[in-house]
Amino acid sequence: MNPDDRRYTKEHEWVKVEGDGKARIGITAYAVEELGDVVYFELPNAGESVSQAQKFGEVESVKAVSDLFAPVSGEILEVNPELSNRPEAVNEDPWEKGWLLVVRLQDDAELGGTMSAQEYSDLTST
Amino acid sequence: MNAPLKRTPLFASHEALGARLVPFAGWGMPIQYQGILAEARAVRSASGIFDVSHMGRFFLQGSAATALLEWVVTNGVSDLEPGRARYTLLCNEAGGILDDAIFYRLEENQYLLVANAANTQTIWNWLQHWTRRFGEVEMADRTNETAMIACQGPDASGFLETLLGADVAPRPFRFAQVDIGGAPVMVARTGYTGEDGFEAILDAEQAVGLWARLLGLGAVPCGLGARDVLRLEAGLPLHGNDIDTETNPVEAGLERFVRWDKDFCGAEALRRAKEEGPRRLLAGFRVDGRNIPRPGYDIQNIDGRRVGTATSGGYSPSLDTNIGLGYVDPALATPDTTLVIDIRGRSIEAQVVALPFYSRRRMKP
Repeated sequence: MNPDDRRYTKEHEWVKVEGDGKARIGITAYAVEELGDVVYFELPNAGESVSQAQKFGEVESVKAVSDLFAPVSGEILEVNPELSNRPEAVNEDPWEKGWLLVVRLQDDAELGGTMSAQEYSDLTST
Repeated sequence: MNAPLKRTPLFASHEALGARLVPFAGWGMPIQYQGILAEARAVRSASGIFDVSHMGRFFLQGSAATALLEWVVTNGVSDLEPGRARYTLLCNEAGGILDDAIFYRLEENQYLLVANAANTQTIWNWLQHWTRRFGEVEMADRTNETAMIACQGPDASGFLETLLGADVAPRPFRFAQVDIGGAPVMVARTGYTGEDGFEAILDAEQAVGLWARLLGLGAVPCGLGARDVLRLEAGLPLHGNDIDTETNPVEAGLERFVRWDKDFCGAEALRRAKEEGPRRLLAGFRVDGRNIPRPGYDIQNIDGRRVGTATSGGYSPSLDTNIGLGYVDPALATPDTTLVIDIRGRSIEAQVVALPFYSRRRMKP
């Protein structure tokens, strides 16, 4: 089930607005299921910026490498420290423990271009 | 073009176990059940079972069977005793590798050849083609009427003992015709994981029963994903990746499976290739850092000049490092040489290491 406390993109990222103009970013359970065992995240550093729909990193699974695309634009405030040692945290819990970045949301209007949980569920169930 | 995928006799068992099924060489096969890494680790520490029924199983018999095989395979046939099996390559006239396979001498004039699933048709046609020259060989493709289950890992031999009720397990590269719960089974001490274990060939109708028995003993179901991880750790080439018709056994480092003292298809070209010296060699390498080398990535020397291509690569759970195979300039194929892998534009250093990456004798004293 895709939690309805956040928004989704067709590239299988989620973004959760957390107040104070912050947004948490991760990849969906569907993406994780498709990737299989994740063994490495190539992520930018805090202080750098991401732009909506632009590539900001890579995820390496045993099967393949995939690009990560930012669901919203903003300056990176935090990078999940657990993922550098335990990238498999994303397999265990993509919604909470396996988050990737926290960014300062640059433009609320960008969220209009994302999907609701229901819309995302429809996309991934076909 | 989209022919329906063939199903092995264990297809329903895979579905019941929640396997992720993918198309592979025309078959619907499990790529994973619980997860590739967990499955690979299970094989190294305990045991795993693989459905390998998609591999081609050809039975050859007749007075010319030995002569035919001796011609189409690079390894020796005549000096193999009945009850034993051998790994070999099959080459075309140019010395290119058509497939790698294991052949089993069942009787004096009777053999089983197990070919890779993707090459089943090629090898069948190849055998048919040469049969005309050698005469008296009766060939039967029993891929569909039989099943094949590989049980691999340190616990595998104990399972065999339990199933057979006695210590009659064949030694490595030997096989036996046994009875398991009333079903006749050919059990061979062979595999493709670098671990001890056995492969069982039996009638298709009996496959579900043996699979269930092995699960009951605690064997972990493993998919093609884990199989690929394990074979790479063991330094075993995968046909279609590391070897193919464009590569020969000399450059692939597989000369120990070539009998230079006999005549066989491709021998002339291979002798020439050996004499001239290989232009490239298959090398194993470990990558510094956590980016994974994958097939097709360029390999460079430390000056950034392209010296080859990666043919396999992945994360090794047993070594907790990233490893790969690739063809490089022969001067750069010796262990401890530093290479650079172009991982999507990033230059990542790698060290050439001796194969296999993983050996159960070395790792587990």
